[in-house]
Amino acid sequence: MSDLTASELNMVFNTPHGGTVHALKDVSFTLKQGELLAVLGPSGCGKTTLLNIIAGFQHPTGGSLHLGDHEITAPGVDRGMVFQQGALFEWLTVADNVNFGLRMKKADPAETSRKVEEWLEIVGLQGFGRTPTYQLSGGMQQRVALARCLINDPDLILMDEPLGALDALTREKMQSLVLKIWKETGKTIMIITHSVEEALLLGERLFVMAPRPGRIHKEYHLPFADLGLTNDPREIKISPEFVETREEILTMIWNMEEEIMGKTETV
Amino acid sequence: MIVGIIFIGLVAALIWSIFYGRKVIRTEKSDAVFGNPVRALGGWHWVVAGVCSILLFWFWFSWDAARAYFPIAGNELCQVAKLTRAANPIRSTFPMDDERLLLGTKLLDRDYRQIDHLQTQLASTNFSDADREMLQEIIDEMRTAMAAHADADELDSSVRMRMSAVAENIHGLAEALAQEGYPGPADPAMMAEALAQPGWGETSVELPPLPMTERGRKFDAASVTMQEISDQYLGVRNVGPALTARLDALEGRIAGFTIDASGDSADVAAREDLIKQIEKIFRRIDDGRIFPPDVTTDVEQALLVLDREQRRQQGGLRYINAIAMPGGEILAGNNACSEQGSGRWLPKPSDTLATFTRLANPNEGYKGFPLLWFKMKPISEMVAFIVPDWIADLVPGDYPRHGTDGQVQSNFKSKVYDIATGNFDSPSIPVPDGHIWDSIVRVLMGLFFGILLGVPLGLFMGLSRFAKGYFDPLVELYRPIPPLAWAPLILTIFGIQDDGKIFLLFMVAFAIMVISARTGATGTQLSKIHAAHSLGASNRQIIRQVILPNSLPEILTGIRISIGVCWGTLVAAEMLAGTTGIGFVENVARKQSDYEIIWMTIILMGLLGLLFDVMMRWVIHKTIPWRGKG
Repeated sequence: MSDLTASELNMVFNTPHGGTVHALKDVSFTLKQGELLAVLGPSGCGKTTLLNIIAGFQHPTGGSLHLGDHEITAPGVDRGMVFQQGALFEWLTVADNVNFGLRMKKADPAETSRKVEEWLEIVGLQGFGRTPTYQLSGGMQQRVALARCLINDPDLILMDEPLGALDALTREKMQSLVLKIWKETGKTIMIITHSVEEALLLGERLFVMAPRPGRIHKEYHLPFADLGLTNDPREIKISPEFVETREEILTMIWNMEEEIMGKTETV
Repeated sequence: MIVGIIFIGLVAALIWSIFYGRKVIRTEKSDAVFGNPVRALGGWHWVVAGVCSILLFWFWFSWDAARAYFPIAGNELCQVAKLTRAANPIRSTFPMDDERLLLGTKLLDRDYRQIDHLQTQLASTNFSDADREMLQEIIDEMRTAMAAHADADELDSSVRMRMSAVAENIHGLAEALAQEGYPGPADPAMMAEALAQPGWGETSVELPPLPMTERGRKFDAASVTMQEISDQYLGVRNVGPALTARLDALEGRIAGFTIDASGDSADVAAREDLIKQIEKIFRRIDDGRIFPPDVTTDVEQALLVLDREQRRQQGGLRYINAIAMPGGEILAGNNACSEQGSGRWLPKPSDTLATFTRLANPNEGYKGFPLLWFKMKPISEMVAFIVPDWIADLVPGDYPRHGTDGQVQSNFKSKVYDIATGNFDSPSIPVPDGHIWDSIVRVLMGLFFGILLGVPLGLFMGLSRFAKGYFDPLVELYRPIPPLAWAPLILTIFGIQDDGKIFLLFMVAFAIMVISARTGATGTQLSKIHAAHSLGASNRQIIRQVILPNSLPEILTGIRISIGVCWGTLVAAEMLAGTTGIGFVENVARKQSDYEIIWMTIILMGLLGLLFDVMMRWVIHKTIPWRGKG
């Protein structure tokens, strides 16, 4: 019973020149437990602001946000974060990064190390516990970041373009890993991405956001995430349905960008 | 001998490392293009080449190599210097060496100028008309008398003859010098004495002065003859019946002038001053050092001949002098020869090492204090240093008072006080001691307090708008002030012993640590802070577990810079005041012009600074291996 409920979220920034920027306007949605939501949109549409508000790093200027029964006002362990560059603590080993949350809670060390082993195995890093994180490749660093987030058993996992900096092959593998973890743990996941393909592949639900003011432009319910659990993602990607949706969304975003350019030119 | 072997070894090592380096360059040619930083990696053989170059230059420029390879040449050059010295009184009257004018030209030029000055002085001084006329006549006569000295017609024939005799003698000496057997067989007793002299640099007489070789004896004997000729030359004065009569008349007129003592006292003083000037210039004219220009030409020619012969007789010595003894030459004094130039001011490596070995002996030390050794110290002293005395005041009860029987009954409070003041029996343990140790302790203590207070404040300033604004003026106002500008004030407040110096170094380290910790804290990636927050870390945990380790590269770099600056400040502070420390050693040596100890302390400071830096580099490498790889 930990649904994420956002109602009438508004975020207004004051610019240094005295103007205001409407980063989010009247954003309302409900994300049920166990859903996988992908958020897509051109830059400046407020996706990262939305994520930061849900994570508790920023406070909305209007509206309310609840996870389950309680209101979100500050960062908390019930919402795990995965960042684009991993944001690992490079002075710690892989294991110490993964168990960071448990150490902060002062959890039982034996239990902690058991859990670390478990999670390293799930993300495919068994045996890397003592490796310093700066020696890892980008994909491995993201696996560590995933494990570090999941070991805290959060209700909601927030991912801010987690695969954006990876090469195509690693990216595909990581996408499968995300789906696998989603399936096995049944966590609610919200993933922000720039890649339309990734959003379609991973998102059970998909928000396409529009800028100025930031808002949810269109919502999709997609079958590809479920298909991806059993089928080869490459086959999914060439299915007519997938291609059609992809082209539709690309055109939509293209038009938004055009509109922004037009606006800028008239100003 | 040892120096000679080391020198050859260094040359060999230098050549080897250059060839090795060239080989490496050849084999690596295809590996990296110009501009690739890989080309700057490694290269320890170039370190060898660099070290060898420095040492070779030192051996060469301080004449240590010359002393090792050419001790005999040193003795011979000493004899040459004696001859040069003996000829110097004559040479200095001709446009030779550093002179540009003939002595007579120079004297005439100067004296005319002074007489011109007298003329203006006379015009502005208050004299009666009669006196003024008389003085004008005296001044005019002085001019004519001076000119008469340069007039060949006025010259007495005996002067020319005596001058010719001097020239003859110089020619004779040049011929004698050219002869094979000059100056005849050696006296075995004198030769034995010469050979028994202490070697170059073994005593405070730097170079053995007595001639030890045939060539040396030649120059030694020539210098004796030359000394006589010089005396003879100096005895020749431009006098003769005509000139003497003229000068006597002039002297009589000056003596006959009576100063008018009436009137203003300032006027009288001015009159007396003018007469004094006249007498002074007259005495100079009376010296007779001005000759007609052609009279001294023979002597000048003879000197050139002697010069040529002297150079020929030196042979290879001249090349040794030019190549092996750079930056100066050997000079002869009254009864000793000494090095001059870099041979004097740059201490030789072997002497420096000997001085260091002498001072490093803990029984010797410097000013009764070893350089670096240990001493036995009772534990009680250390307890007294660490435990503050007021601990005893906190114990309940009163300190004991003596009873009517005159006995003092100690209680628990007084026993605690005894411990706090170190007033108890305890075994002694060895602790390090000495000038070097004192300096190191001061640096480390200053650094310790600087880190202890500077890092937390710096982190705080990096995290809080209040702290940044509130403490910024304090740090930024005192940081740009050179630490030594504080020294007089700080040393007055805290005393010239350790406290003041440690506080000074603390101030240096504190500012650097604050700034580097602040830079580190502000530079923390926001996503790391966000990650820590959503992993459930408290604010305190975020500082300890994220911001502090993330700032470690900046903090360690700050420590590395602090050590360097502290070390420099400390030495200067020790030179200002204090009784121990490496700067103190140099300061005392400076007052005594002891170049070897000065040089030794300079090298020690360099090596210790290098040691600190290498240690810090190692620590940085070990503690933050992720730097630049994140």
